Amino acid sequence: MLSEANVAAVWLTLKLATITTVILLIVGTPIAWWLARTHSKWKGVIGAVVALPLVLPPTVLGFYLLIALGPHGPVGQLTQFLGWGILPFTFAGLVVASVFYSMPFVVQPLQQAFEAIGARPLEVAATLRASPWDAFFTVVLPLAKPGFITASILGFAHTVGEFGVVLMIGGNIPEKTRVVSVQIYDHVEALEYAEAHVLAGGMLLFSFLVLLALYSRKGTSTWK
Amino acid sequence: MKSRFTPLLAGLVLAVSSLTVQADEVQVAVAANFTAPMQKIAAEFEKDTGHKALLVFGATGKLYAQIKNGAPFQVFLAADDKTPAKLEAEGDTVPGSRFTYAIGTLVLWSAKPGFVDEQGEVLKKGQFKHLAMTNPKTAPYGAAAVTTLTKLGLFDALQSKFVTGENVSQTYQFVMTGNAELGFIALSQVMTDGQLSGGSTWIVPADLHEPIRQDAAILAKGQNQPAARALVEYLKGDKAAAIIKSYGYAL
Repeated sequence: MLSEANVAAVWLTLKLATITTVILLIVGTPIAWWLARTHSKWKGVIGAVVALPLVLPPTVLGFYLLIALGPHGPVGQLTQFLGWGILPFTFAGLVVASVFYSMPFVVQPLQQAFEAIGARPLEVAATLRASPWDAFFTVVLPLAKPGFITASILGFAHTVGEFGVVLMIGGNIPEKTRVVSVQIYDHVEALEYAEAHVLAGGMLLFSFLVLLALYSRKGTSTWK
Repeated sequence: MKSRFTPLLAGLVLAVSSLTVQADEVQVAVAANFTAPMQKIAAEFEKDTGHKALLVFGATGKLYAQIKNGAPFQVFLAADDKTPAKLEAEGDTVPGSRFTYAIGTLVLWSAKPGFVDEQGEVLKKGQFKHLAMTNPKTAPYGAAAVTTLTKLGLFDALQSKFVTGENVSQTYQFVMTGNAELGFIALSQVMTDGQLSGGSTWIVPADLHEPIRQDAAILAKGQNQPAARALVEYLKGDKAAAIIKSYGYAL
């Protein structure tokens, strides 16, 4: 049913979404924690920066990434200096772009979960002589578990659904940057509607099931 | 309050009605490589005839899909001759309205001066990481690039360096930003008023690939639309021809 090229695109997409989600959980947790706890005047600024991909068209993000990561851009200069070459047209480049693009979908549920826990459980843990790290791992993480599940699902699903940014910095290379959404676009452009239907229908079903799983988790509100 | 808004409302009604009274509008779907010349032609067309051409740019395959699904375009300027022929066969054009409005020229271009030599030897040396082209499956400029590389015997050697844009505009963007050192694009993209506009260019000889015949047609929605017919006649005229040639297209 799936052609070889389609299988490659599906596999690449899953790989991209998995790696992006893992990185985002690692990077996003401290950011979300800081946003949930801080009284700094920078809270608003950082929160707004994290949320930018929610409102920016992917073309804006893709365009600036193409320039920033390119040979004349600041990031491109750095990666070339480090001997890594430039990131556009590489899988690593897609990961970097996806981390930015899906950031709010991971940070915001985590932040809300942390805020809902409040300071009290940590104070109690401190009176029981738990170190802050100990308290974080044994008290906060279990309490925030629903938030982590939501963040992972949304981060993963949103990366799977990414299109504009990938199109702009990916270069459409088979098995490197040609993800499912781009492959669908190609099929439609080449008038291969039957192939497009297989992938597009699959995406529709996948997205529905993800959201169904998210919204039917019993007893928990969506964003926690 | 009411009295304050009345003049505003009257003004709005006036503005809207003046829009409908204005000379005819024609909605035109235009292949991305023809963006610059078409903008110029549309401006002249409006000046000379009073009709307004609303331009939509995109990849030919995408525009085809939109036309098949009810897009309101009245005239279609494709990047190839296959797509308009297909639309004609499927009964989506005004029969007999199809014609070649330009023949495209393929160039190998780099944003860096001196990087591409005038014989295209740079391809043989292969000292670059990325060679950009437009998706050969969907775009005639991409297909022509592939034919050229195949004829030169370089296709297999360079295939791993290909990055493909969705349309020629995106391919140009890849090269312009330096992310790809060089790429195959349309001469029209780097030519204004008969002059190459920077970087370095190899004009690919026409015998290295099939001619990039770009056809236009009046679509079914343009039937009985005087503005659509007027635009097509205008495209065939001397003034449009001069603009088309100044961007490096043949006729």
